[in-house]
Parts: sequence; structure tokens; C-alpha cells
Amino acid sequence: MDLSVNLGALKLKNPIMTASGTFGYGLEFTPYGRLEDLGAIVVKGLSLKPRRGNPMPRIAETPCGMLNAIGLQNIGVEKFLREKLPLLPWKQTPIVVNLYAQSAQEFADLAEALNSETGVGALEVNISCPNVRQGGLQFGQDPDAAARVVEMVKKNAAQKPVIVKLSPNVADIKVIAKAVESAGADIISLINTLGGMAVDIQTRKPCLANVFGGLSGPAIKPVALKMVYEACRTVNIPVIGLGGITRAQDILEFILVGARAVQVGTANFIRPDKVFSLVEELKEKVREMDIDSWDEFRGSIIA
Amino acid sequence: MKQEINPGSPSCLNLEIQAITYAGSRDFVHIYLDPPRWEYMAGQFVMIRPDGWVNDPIWPRPFSICEKTDDSLRLFVQVVGRGTSLISQLQPGNSIDLWGPLGNGFVFDPQDRLLILAGGMGIAPFVGLCKKHPHPEQISFLFGHRMDIESYPLAEFPPEIDSEHLKQETTADIQGFQGVLKTRIQNFSGRGMILACGPTPFLKVVQQYSLEFEANTLISLENKMACGVGACLGCVAQTTSGDYVQTCTRGPVFRADEVVLDEQLLNQKAYRK
Repeated sequence: MDLSVNLGALKLKNPIMTASGTFGYGLEFTPYGRLEDLGAIVVKGLSLKPRRGNPMPRIAETPCGMLNAIGLQNIGVEKFLREKLPLLPWKQTPIVVNLYAQSAQEFADLAEALNSETGVGALEVNISCPNVRQGGLQFGQDPDAAARVVEMVKKNAAQKPVIVKLSPNVADIKVIAKAVESAGADIISLINTLGGMAVDIQTRKPCLANVFGGLSGPAIKPVALKMVYEACRTVNIPVIGLGGITRAQDILEFILVGARAVQVGTANFIRPDKVFSLVEELKEKVREMDIDSWDEFRGSIIA
Repeated sequence: MKQEINPGSPSCLNLEIQAITYAGSRDFVHIYLDPPRWEYMAGQFVMIRPDGWVNDPIWPRPFSICEKTDDSLRLFVQVVGRGTSLISQLQPGNSIDLWGPLGNGFVFDPQDRLLILAGGMGIAPFVGLCKKHPHPEQISFLFGHRMDIESYPLAEFPPEIDSEHLKQETTADIQGFQGVLKTRIQNFSGRGMILACGPTPFLKVVQQYSLEFEANTLISLENKMACGVGACLGCVAQTTSGDYVQTCTRGPVFRADEVVLDEQLLNQKAYRK
């Protein structure tokens, strides 16, 4: 079967994307696989100016998952465009730039800076980072604020499909999904990490310098599936599912509840070639299950 | 002439465990794996993850490359937590995912005199380095350790090496070792290269005296890592210019005047240069 999927104007040769923050700028993984074999590459969240990130410790291992509070350390959009993007296989595979900003205006400025960049296939607006004081969740938890950001990004990035990445740290995912759809989002992706905490009873300190972090990995997959299921029943735009995917079966589970594509995150740490081998595994699994087309399988959950 | 081995691009492999041996107690383990085809520089490391872990523990674990021969790749592991405990229980025939060689190793001139300073498990990268060094008589080795010396592979080091080891059981022992480190670094400064690996408190002392006496010192840092390839940004070290850089790809070997282990040292003259 042809694995390709269309997310509106964003066309992928297979539904497997990388999740922002787990795949660096892509180039870190060139020793382990062919980047052009992936559906799309979503790079580390970029801001207008470089960001230093949070103090150490930034990560903690938890049962079947991990917490992180990196604080969006990144080289800034300008350096990315100059030094990283030209080395990425953007002609063969869409490069999605994940955007982080502290104000709606800054989001708009970022969108403007990227709108005319041929090598950028789509923008992913991060309104869901739990690890920064400003700009992450303050947009992701407030439907009006989220809608305002989306409108401004859309206005300045008319040439690019705009993905909005949603936070699970909300009372009702349907409300926020609807809000960003109405504001003009082309695609939504969910879920970002769940707010969490780990502590050390010996030192009596939190395991992260930031105290709180974002939980990811297989531990959060059931939460992700529920929210993707709900979002798919709420909006008419394409949905990208993510949260705890490590196997081809997990990918099919997200597609079964309605996702059009998926992102692989924490699994990139399990093995650096994991996302590349998942493309092969998915081909095999689709054949084994006699799935003839994504249109037939997607959202076909009997519930 | 600088000796720079070109370790080439890393690869991700699934390797079988040939043998596991215990040193002193079950807490010190030597793991022998089928040898990968790559070459490495001492100070580089690998990430390993046993097949049986599935989703838990989620992370691989980083280890210095202890030694590589035509027959095997060897890692030296101390049980310090759940991951290393599970690794110590592996059996010959079990397979693990392994990627490497990763990071930057110790770059030095084999003609130069070397003072090697190791604390505890920091001995690991120096096993292969010392055994392969063309002029072992040029090496002085100082080793501080807390467990019995039989736990560590010191006996394997070439006899030409001028070697000293000091056990630290009490606070007085630790202070004594710090005094020896100071004297050694002071006396050696300007005569060659100092290489150091060990726990962070030990490296802080090495760094402090290296800056004070302006010694040419390389230190290998240890940090928790999730990916080992520069992507997760979980293992960063702070540089003297204030940036956070990945220990895995920018290190783990740094110049002693390049990274901040102790904020109080930031006013040191050697840092300011």
C-alpha cells in the first residue's frame, strides 16, 4: 500500500514525523538513517533570539517515560535558517519549524521571518510548552489567547501550512481544538507533554531544577489516544497524533482513532535509528493487517 | 605531531554479550561484547540499552569505552542505580543495542608526558589508553578510589607506568588526596598534558588546581543522558562564556578552562584569559 498522506497542503510520503525537541535539528541523526525517508522532520522549537534554556538538572527518568524541563534552549531562527536548514533534505522531505514565542506579536514576527523560506514546509506553533514561564501554556490553556496567536501567525505566514500543537494540560481539549480551528489553523498536533514532577527523598529536592517538567514516553500513550480521539471528533482539519509511540502498532492505534499522521518523540532516545526503522515496521504491519488504504482505516474505530 | 585518530561516523548496532566478569564484588562488572568495526579515541563513549528493557527503563545508559581489542569491546560498569543493576544481571548471549563511538576523546601528543588523574570509575577510559600507549614510561597515573583496589582494573596497567593509588575512606583521606592532587598538578604544570576523569567533586578539585597552576588539563565530564547524540539537551554543561553545551557531543572531554563546574571559580585568572 502507498503510505503517503496529505494534511491539506502538507504532503507526506508516510505518516511518520519526528516530534519537536526529541530530534534536534535533524542533522544529529544522519549517522543513523536517511532523513529523506521520513514523512516530515519537526525541528527543535525555535525562537526569534537564541535561548539559553533552563539550569540543570533538566531531565529525569520515570516509569515507562521521562520528565524534561529543557526550557526551549535553541540557536534562534536566524542561525537555523543560515546553518542548519541548507543541510537538511528539504526538497525530499518537509521540514517543519516549531515556533516558540513569548507574545502573540513575537509569534507573528517569527511567522513573517519564515514565510518566504522555500525550505520550510510548514510551521508548528507551540502553545503548549509547560517548561517556560511565559508564552507556552498561557496561550495553550486559554482558547481566546490561542486563537489570537493562530490568527496572527496565519496572517503573516499565508504561504505555509500552520500546525498548532496542543497541550493536554487543559480541562477540555475539545474547546481549545475548536478555538484554533476557527482561528484558521490548518492542522493540529497533540499531545505535548503532561505536567509532572519527580522528587528525591534522600536529598529532599525535586529531580528537575525547574521543579516541574513535561512527562513523555509510553506512559502517556493512553492519555494521548483519548485526547486525539476527542479532537478528531471535534474538528474537521487534519490531526497529528503523538504521545508514547514506540511501535508500528502504536501508530496504527492513533490512526484508528482518527489521526492522519503521527509524531515520534521520546522513542528517538530508545534507539537513534528508531524513527527510521518504524517506517519499515509500519509497511510490514500494514501488509500483515491487510490495510488497503488510509482512508478506509483512519477513524474506523468501532465505539 | 598530534595524534588524532579519526574515529569516523558512529553507528547503531545490536551486539551480543560474550562474557561478563565481576571484580571484587557483584557491584563491579566487566562486559565483553562482540567488537564493532569502528575505531575510537580514549574518552569517547557508547550508549547501551539491553534488548529486554522494552519501555522500561526508557533511557539507554552511557559508558566510557574501557578497551577495544580485535576480539571484543569492553565496558566497565559499577552498579549505582536501577539501570546499572539490571545491566549487571545480564548474561552471556543476551543482546544489547549499542551506539557509538560518541563525543570527543582525549586529544594528546603521544610524545608528551602525561599525568593521568582518575577517581573511582573514572579509571575506565584509561585502561585502553594506557595499554595502547606507545610510550607508557611517559605516563604518571594517580588513582583515588573508595572501594577495595581489587574492584578496579589497575593491575592491568603496563608496569612501566609510574602509578600511585590512594584509598579514601574517611574525610581525612579525602583531604589528603586533595593535597596530593594539588602537589601533583603544581609540579607537573608546564611539563606535559593532564587528563582527568572521575566524579564531579573530584573534577572540581582537578579543575581548581589546573586553573590555579595554569596546567594544560583535559577533563571528562559525566552527566545523565537520554540520547547521547546531541538532541535531547538534557546533559548540558555550562561554558565559561555562559552557554549551555551538550556534554555528549561537545564533550565529554573538555579543556579545564572551558566549562564551569564550580561557579566560585569564575573569578580565576586562568578562566578570564
